[in-house]
Amino acid sequence: MASNTSDLRSPLARVRGLGSAKDGTEHWWGQRLSAMALVPLTIWFVFGVIRHLGADYTAFHAWMKSPFSAVMMILTAVVTFHHAHSGLQVVIEDYVHVEWQKLALLIAVKFLSFALAAACVLAVAKIFIGA
Amino acid sequence: MANGSGRPLSPHLQVYKLPLTAILSITHRITGVGLAVGTLLLTWWLVAAAVSPEAFARAQGFIGSGFGLLLMFGWSAALYYHLCNGIRHLVWDAGKSFELSDADRNNRIVLGAAAALTVLTWIVGLAVW
Repeated sequence: MASNTSDLRSPLARVRGLGSAKDGTEHWWGQRLSAMALVPLTIWFVFGVIRHLGADYTAFHAWMKSPFSAVMMILTAVVTFHHAHSGLQVVIEDYVHVEWQKLALLIAVKFLSFALAAACVLAVAKIFIGA
Repeated sequence: MANGSGRPLSPHLQVYKLPLTAILSITHRITGVGLAVGTLLLTWWLVAAAVSPEAFARAQGFIGSGFGLLLMFGWSAALYYHLCNGIRHLVWDAGKSFELSDADRNNRIVLGAAAALTVLTWIVGLAVW
């Protein structure tokens, strides 16, 4: 304490660690974690896509009927949408300065990300189960 | 200095020539937004595969068309760039490679790796297609 007399924050604020944006480093950390997860997922995805170039319905279904592939595809989709959503949020916050436009875009991007992620997960699950 | 005062200039975007590091930085954002748009195709592809053989054939037909291949080339290049530069950002986040000489070297590594991976992917892809 005595070593840091220039700190104007209250002890409570320091303990909470939320900073001026009121949500701390959670968003930043979420972006980095999803980025780390996407390194192996993306490599798997690219290999998978190359191996199934021009694949027909049957071949694609055979691929997604493997539990490992289905799990990897679901993870790729979910983490990609999480990462894309965090990134687009930052871009919108940085460049859109009219409050209602910023809010509308943030809401639209969030809703769309969840909707598309849900569609991807259901699609893979449906193929895997064979419904 | 261009203002003759010997004092540093503010990087005003209309008069300041962006260094390569800055161009690569904004390119990271641009490719990120482009890849986010690409998730629409990913969704179409997966949903079509779940719907019917005809729907999946349509999606595969679009991806294999001239326009589809052009999009795929752009997205593959953007993906590799964003991946390579993203790893560089993680290195920065770890508090390393902040020297200008590191930045210059990493500019070349990121651009070279992204270009090499894109070309390699298309050589392999077109060979097995």
